[in-house]
Amino acid sequence: MKIRNSRIARLPALVFSALIAVSAHQAQAQEVDDHQYTSEAIEAGLQVYTQQCALCHGPQGALVDGINLRIGQFRTVQSDADLRQVISEGAAQGRMPSFSLRADEMNGVIAYIRAGFDPEGEAVKIGDPIRGQALFEGEGQCADCHRVRGVGPRTAPDLSNIGSIRTPASLQRNLLDPATALLPINRPVRLVTRFEETIVGRRLNEDTYTVQVIDSQERLRSLKKIDLVSYEISDEPSKQPTTLSSDEVADVIGYLLTLRGLE
Amino acid sequence: MKLVSPIRILSISLVLCLAVTNAFAQAPYERILNSEDEPENWLTYNGGYKSQRYSQLDQITPENVSELKLQWTLQNQVFGAWQSNPIVVDGIMYVTERPNSVMAVDAITGRVFWKYRHVPAENALICCGANNRGVAVLDDKVFMGTLDARLVALDRITGNALWDVEVGDVDLAYSVTMAPLVVKDKVIVGVGGGEFGIRGYVAAYDADTGEEAWKTYTIPGPGEPNHDSWQGDDWEHGGAPVWITGSFDPDLNLTYWGVGNPGPDWNAGQRPGDNLYSDSVIALDADSGELKWYFQFTPNDAYDYDSVQVPVLADIVWRGTPRKIMMWANRNGYFYVLDRVTGEFLEGKPYLTVNWSSGLDENGRPIPTPQPEGMPTFPGNQGGTNWYPPSFSPRTELFYFSAWQDYATIYRAEESDYEPGRAFLGGGFSVLAPAPDAPTIGIGRTNPINNWTNEVGFASLKAMDPQTGEEVWSYDQFDVSDSGMLTTASDILFTGGREGYFHAIDARNGDLLWNVSLGGQIVMAPVTFSVDGVQYVSVISGHALSTFALPN
Repeated sequence: MKIRNSRIARLPALVFSALIAVSAHQAQAQEVDDHQYTSEAIEAGLQVYTQQCALCHGPQGALVDGINLRIGQFRTVQSDADLRQVISEGAAQGRMPSFSLRADEMNGVIAYIRAGFDPEGEAVKIGDPIRGQALFEGEGQCADCHRVRGVGPRTAPDLSNIGSIRTPASLQRNLLDPATALLPINRPVRLVTRFEETIVGRRLNEDTYTVQVIDSQERLRSLKKIDLVSYEISDEPSKQPTTLSSDEVADVIGYLLTLRGLE
Repeated sequence: MKLVSPIRILSISLVLCLAVTNAFAQAPYERILNSEDEPENWLTYNGGYKSQRYSQLDQITPENVSELKLQWTLQNQVFGAWQSNPIVVDGIMYVTERPNSVMAVDAITGRVFWKYRHVPAENALICCGANNRGVAVLDDKVFMGTLDARLVALDRITGNALWDVEVGDVDLAYSVTMAPLVVKDKVIVGVGGGEFGIRGYVAAYDADTGEEAWKTYTIPGPGEPNHDSWQGDDWEHGGAPVWITGSFDPDLNLTYWGVGNPGPDWNAGQRPGDNLYSDSVIALDADSGELKWYFQFTPNDAYDYDSVQVPVLADIVWRGTPRKIMMWANRNGYFYVLDRVTGEFLEGKPYLTVNWSSGLDENGRPIPTPQPEGMPTFPGNQGGTNWYPPSFSPRTELFYFSAWQDYATIYRAEESDYEPGRAFLGGGFSVLAPAPDAPTIGIGRTNPINNWTNEVGFASLKAMDPQTGEEVWSYDQFDVSDSGMLTTASDILFTGGREGYFHAIDARNGDLLWNVSLGGQIVMAPVTFSVDGVQYVSVISGHALSTFALPN
């Protein structure tokens, strides 16, 4: 059976209503640049990091116990503002000294850290998680489909642990350009069985002969492909690019990064 | 009381049978040479010197295969991919387990007679899994290569070690993962270590004493022909390992071996030249090890396209003329037909998307079309296929193997210095993903959930016609497959895949006849044998070796 059949999204009811709501905002893909530090800043940050930070944190940013700067693992820091504060004021009873950096130097070293120490990487702005949570549950309409810590629908992936399995850049892509960021396994599917049942939902697993889905009624279903008369996988994501502003997206990312499973 | 006497009678008769069996349970060279005449046994890694993995057994047919019943399961005691290929001699199965254990198993019940454990040196270095792919037998001995590059001979009845010799220097990251090949009175093995800057070779040892009989390097040294396909001292640590069991043509007295990638793997610019005999098939005299001919599939390889596939031999009428041919689905994406007397290139065509080369010239040399930096190369790093054993059925005259379709890699080359016993890779790679940060595939499968999907690549079992070099039919699976192939005289093709399904497919047309979910990845070929007139088929899935037969 040929199983790919693109652009026929019969979206689950819940997702569909969210989509209509978003569409009403005349959603358009935003420029990624608004949400990122520039490559010049990252480059400048490399200089600063090498001269000022690498001695203690090491070239890969992992020499201080409990901290891995390159992959964004900190003791207290969440947002860029937190980073700025720790660098300029010091922390950990003086074991992290304070540094008086020029604005462009400060901007650069944060960009370098957020770019994962990759001068060609993407440095993602990370905002305030408190504001981010409000946006997630309100204007951003994320909670219309996503579940967090036991609250919300299950049709879209549960995000309770998303902060520990995705990078900031990946989260940002999902908000700004969901069509290219959507993982194949999460594409909306529509199945029609030979018993004339239509199932819409999202795949959890698949092999040559079977597919496991969570359907629009939040039921776990396992289907034999031999019992399917049609199996459509949509290339279209069940969400549109966000209409939130650059700073608001940074806030949402800040919130998502705090979601690391059970507290 | 009623039950007692039949059991006693049975016991006595069993003892008598065993006594008789043992008296004849030798596996001399003549039996191995004529293994096609005794399909009740599986005497070599590839089921005979032609490496066709084709059995004359035909009790299990397309009509009754769906009645197969599980007879027994042997659980592995260690974790990791179980790539071992069982050998079966007169109702006794010899199978290895990680890291380097050998078991003698009753092929009817799955109960173990003895187990030998070799503990490899702690500094043994294996790039891609602590694998052992099985043993060889000759006379009353069993032979196993080890991860710390030794060759061990065991008593086939007691499991005790008879001799244990060094094949390579473990400190320089030499290893043996393949099942040895026995020819006449010699045990032949090759060495792994292509990711660690070894200089590969094939070596033969006296089966009685373990004394080295010959050793042929896969990279020619100064003064030898084709040494000039390397520059400077690149040849000293240029890789070219041999880690898959070869084949043998007794009429030509030639053994055939697939040779692995040159090192460092991904920086071809660091080792200018064709880098012979990396990514080649070499024909070595069985008695002396002398190189008789070679054919290189991928000169100056930048993609890790080891040519460690099994050389599959057949004597067929090829385009009107009786010929001794060799069939080869290469990791580089091309399917080849060679003349195995001379190494002459007869035919070669891509069996899937290939973009590192735009085709083969009249001598079979690829026309290189390297992709720009950052762009995907097809097939990807694990290849269009790899070491998974193919099969050739003389009945259908088709060649069967597992291919990885729609799978690509983005390579990154960088300068790297050779340090003895350290990784020597020359860069890195990433697998082409359908979305940024999407999960992809690599060596083996450890996750029961396929969240990478077929968009990263999928398995295509291909049936190739050596007359045309073209695919006749294919059978796709959702995940990729590292499974080998087995064909039988009843035109059944048995194979598996990473999803853990054991499939019986019609070898003539690719129709699925029967399958069962065994749950764990199948990363070796099934084997078949018979005892007391009953045909069995055995397959390893995950950590279990399962054996099936028809109900009585």
